[in-house]
Amino acid sequence: MGMTMTQKILAAHAGLPSVEAGQLIMAKLDMVLGNDITSPVAINEFERAGFCSVFDQNKISLVMDHFVPNKDIKAAQQAKQSRDFANQHGIVHFYDVGNMGVEHALLPEKGLVAAGDCVIGADSHTCTYGALGAFSTGVGSTDMAAGMATGTCWFKVPSAIRFYLTGQLSPYVSGKDVILHIIGKIGVDGALYKSMEFDGPGLAALSMDDRLCMANMAIEAGAKNGIFRVDDLTRAYMEGRVHHPYTVYEPDPDAEYEQTIHVDLSQIRPTVAFPHLPENTKTIDEAEALKIKIDQIVVGSCTNGRLSDMATAAEILKGRKVAKNVRAIIIPATPWIYKECIRLGYIDIFMDAGCVVSTPTCGPCLGGYMGILAEGERCVATTNRNFVGRMGHPKSEVYLASPAVAAASAVTGFLSGPQQLERRK
Amino acid sequence: MIQGNVHKFPDNVDTDVIIPARYLNTANHAELAQHCMEDIDPDFVRKKQPGDIIVAGWNFGCGSSREHAPIAIKESGIACIIAKTYARIFYRNAINIGLPIFECEAASDGIADGDVIQVDFHTGVITNLSKQETYQAQPLPDFIQKIVDQGGLLQSLQKK
Repeated sequence: MGMTMTQKILAAHAGLPSVEAGQLIMAKLDMVLGNDITSPVAINEFERAGFCSVFDQNKISLVMDHFVPNKDIKAAQQAKQSRDFANQHGIVHFYDVGNMGVEHALLPEKGLVAAGDCVIGADSHTCTYGALGAFSTGVGSTDMAAGMATGTCWFKVPSAIRFYLTGQLSPYVSGKDVILHIIGKIGVDGALYKSMEFDGPGLAALSMDDRLCMANMAIEAGAKNGIFRVDDLTRAYMEGRVHHPYTVYEPDPDAEYEQTIHVDLSQIRPTVAFPHLPENTKTIDEAEALKIKIDQIVVGSCTNGRLSDMATAAEILKGRKVAKNVRAIIIPATPWIYKECIRLGYIDIFMDAGCVVSTPTCGPCLGGYMGILAEGERCVATTNRNFVGRMGHPKSEVYLASPAVAAASAVTGFLSGPQQLERRK
Repeated sequence: MIQGNVHKFPDNVDTDVIIPARYLNTANHAELAQHCMEDIDPDFVRKKQPGDIIVAGWNFGCGSSREHAPIAIKESGIACIIAKTYARIFYRNAINIGLPIFECEAASDGIADGDVIQVDFHTGVITNLSKQETYQAQPLPDFIQKIVDQGGLLQSLQKK
């Protein structure tokens, strides 16, 4: 029986010639990740269990991104605990104010994750690195503690759904629209316990930022991981960035998939997920017809805080103004992206339009700070979740969308797509 | 064997409503428990008694990987969770911290809020004393049962 991409990576990291779906294995880890929310719980467990040292100082990343720069005293205590632990154990990849970015934008950018790697992170969006052809999955803090101590993690080998992509994206349609479309189709548990493997000639239409965004939201379909076949674009992205040896795994020709879902990229419209589940999707055409008045937009997060997202938002906001009574919050995800936004003039465009530009942080995405919603308020966000209370008051609403839709909505004051702006000209 | 009152929840209960992120500025178990289920049932904290049981539908614990979610539930005194399915990270986290969880579609369909039920952790037999019904949950795989028996993942690693 042939193996999927994910199964091949897991077999290699378990030291086995082959694995099959349902098999329980112990796998060696190439990277263990934590943030300022999940690391303190892991550190407490690590210390309570009596571990004295980490398995490899170079294979742990601690990124202070969720409530950092510290939002309050308790958050400051948590970041301090992580910082002290990093210093005590000589953690090489510790990122704090000054060099930190949103973790799942930062690690690929720094070349810390690569094709064929086996990665766990105490953050559900760790699945992002599947865009590079890695097996990468979110875990809890106890798994993170065990991973830091032993360099291993247990896994149940997942089966897979194959997404066979064809066609080209239409203007103003991005990876965000593709993944929202897919989640709308299969549901928030449509890939529960499974891998989502992305393949097909349509991959050529997707930039690395598109792929990172799509793999990022695999968890929103319940998947264990999302993974893309490695191509020349992936290799070019890793070139000069990744400094550790890596291996490209391709699926066997006879790999077994539970299902193959065909996705014609040319048919996908800008897509929005309505409150309060990422599967509640509508096309922008359906959404605009509802004339939903908004109070805030957010462009940022590990899903859509990358440079191409900033470029899209800037293109739409250039020479335009944010509508009255709308707060537009732009959060470049890493310091490099932030500097590029300055160099390319995007920050001027954003500020001239009436946006605020924040230092990198997860902040509002999870309702932490830097853009909390009041009762009854509505936000169009390029983030990844729209659960009850996700961005603030339990009676506020989050509409998940692409940077193009968020930026256009900022201008009109209603949930709307960029083509509506063109019609207004 | 445990016996307790049921708090019934719907499908897709996410970790943001189990423990909202605005309270994640602490890892203190007791503080987290004070806000357990706050955004889906603000009265839960007042109503729950030690030994109570949560019964839910599909995909319980979806969303964030925050271990604070099963910690808040366990610290609230909830003895176990029964759902049709769990989001996989929540499933791992519950096992890893020693919070017993079972998958059982029939139990989820048959049990109502306020029912009194018994759960046999070893056989997976669930008895609904209020309705005189029994349901058979999937037993835990041996590998996972061993982690639970040793009190959690780190405890099982120490005993190796």
